[in-house]
Amino acid sequence: MSTAGHEAAANAPTAGEYIVHHLTHWNSTGHAQKDVIDFSVINIDTMIFSVLMGVVGLFVMWRVAKSVTSGVPGRMQAAVEIVLDMVNEQAKGIVHSAESRKFVGPLALTVFIWIFLMNSMDFLPLDLLPTLWQTITGDHHAYLRIVPSADLNGTLGMSIGVLLVCVYYNIKIKGFGGWVHELFTAPFGSHPLLYPVNFAMQMIEFLAKTVSHGMRLFGNMYAGELVFMLIALMGAAWSASATGVSLFAGHIIAGSIWAIFHILIVALQAFIFMMLTLVYVGQAHEAH
Amino acid sequence: MNLNATLFAQLVVFFILAWFTMQFVWPPIVKALDERAKKIADGLAAAERGKQDLELATKRSTESLREGKEKAAELIANAEKRAAQLIEEAKLNAKVEADRVVAGAKAEIEQEAVRAKEQLREQVAGLVITGAEQILRREINAQVHSDILATIKQDL
Repeated sequence: MSTAGHEAAANAPTAGEYIVHHLTHWNSTGHAQKDVIDFSVINIDTMIFSVLMGVVGLFVMWRVAKSVTSGVPGRMQAAVEIVLDMVNEQAKGIVHSAESRKFVGPLALTVFIWIFLMNSMDFLPLDLLPTLWQTITGDHHAYLRIVPSADLNGTLGMSIGVLLVCVYYNIKIKGFGGWVHELFTAPFGSHPLLYPVNFAMQMIEFLAKTVSHGMRLFGNMYAGELVFMLIALMGAAWSASATGVSLFAGHIIAGSIWAIFHILIVALQAFIFMMLTLVYVGQAHEAH
Repeated sequence: MNLNATLFAQLVVFFILAWFTMQFVWPPIVKALDERAKKIADGLAAAERGKQDLELATKRSTESLREGKEKAAELIANAEKRAAQLIEEAKLNAKVEADRVVAGAKAEIEQEAVRAKEQLREQVAGLVITGAEQILRREINAQVHSDILATIKQDL
C-alpha cells in the first residue's frame, strides 16, 4: 500500500487515496497499522493532540482557579464558572453522594472540557496541520490525524476509564461481596438457576455501556471528519469549467454549513459523553 | 479504526487529567462560588434587615412626632387654663382688695363722722354753755347749773 501511495505522489492522489491517507494515523511503526488489533503500536498523533488539548484546557482552568475570587469575577473566570457550575449542577442531580462528587465532579468537568477541545480540532482546515507536518518532515506522505476523538483508541480509552471508575464505586459503595452478589442476583432475581443469566446480563450491560459510550463519540467525530474530507474533494476538483466552478462554490457553501453544524455536534458530543459518565457513575451508586 | 496501545495511554492520560482537575482546578473555584453565594445571601439579608430598620424608624419618628404634637397641645391647653385661672384669681383679689379698701374707707368715714359728731357735740355744748352763761350770768350761779349741763351733755 505504501508503494502505491508513493507512486500516487508523483501525480495528484485520487479521491480514495486522499481519504485513506487522511484517515491513517501517524504511529510508532511509521506505516499504517496492518492488523485490526495490535497493542505494540501507538498512535503518536492522537497522543500528542489529546495531551496537548488536555494540557491547554486544564492550564486555562488552572490559571483561573489560581486567581479565583469570590468577588466580582472577570470574564474568563465567569466563563469557567459557568461551565463548572453547569457540570456541578448535573452531577448533583445524578450522583447523590457528596463524597463521590468530590471526584466525579472534576472528572465530569475534565471530560467535558477535554472532549470539547479535542472535537474542536475538527474546525481547523483539514489539510493545514498535515501539510505543515509534511513540509516540516520533508516526507510528502507523512501521516497526521489531528482529531484525537476521531480515533477509536482515544474514545474507548476514556470510556474504559469511566468503566473503571464505575467498578471502583460499585465496590466502594456496595462492598466487594455486595457487588458480586448484585452481579449474580440482579436484574432477574435471586435464584440459583438465574445466577448465570443475571451474570451474563450484567456483563453484557457493562460491555454495551462502555463500547457504546466510546463508539458514540468516535462515530460522530469520525463521520464529521469524513464529511469534511468529501467536501474538501469538491474544492480540489475545481477547474476553469462550469462544473469546476460550481464544485468550488459547493465546497464553500457545504463547508460553511457543515462547519457551523459541527459546532453543535462538538459541544453536544462533549456534553453527552459527560452526562453518560455521570449517569454510569450514578448507577454504580444505586443498589438493585 | 484499528485498536492499539493508544487506548491504554489515553486511559492513563484520562486519569491524570481528572486527578489534576480534582486537585487544582475544582476545589478553589467551587469554594469561590460557594463564598460568593454566601456573600450574596448575606447581602440580601442585610438589605432586608435595613428595610425593616427603616420601616421601624419611620414608624418611631411618626410616633414621636405625634407625641410631640400631643404634648404641645396639652401644654398650650394647660397654659390657657392657667392664664384663665390667674385672671380669675386676680379678679378675685382685686375684688377683695377693693372691698377691703371700701370697708376701710367706710370705717374711716364712720370714725370721722363720730369724731365730727363729738366735735360738734363739744362745740354745741360749748356754744350752749356760752349761751347759757350769757343767759344765766345774770340770774343763775354757774356753779349750780354745771351739773345739769353735764347731764344734758351726756344725753346728747
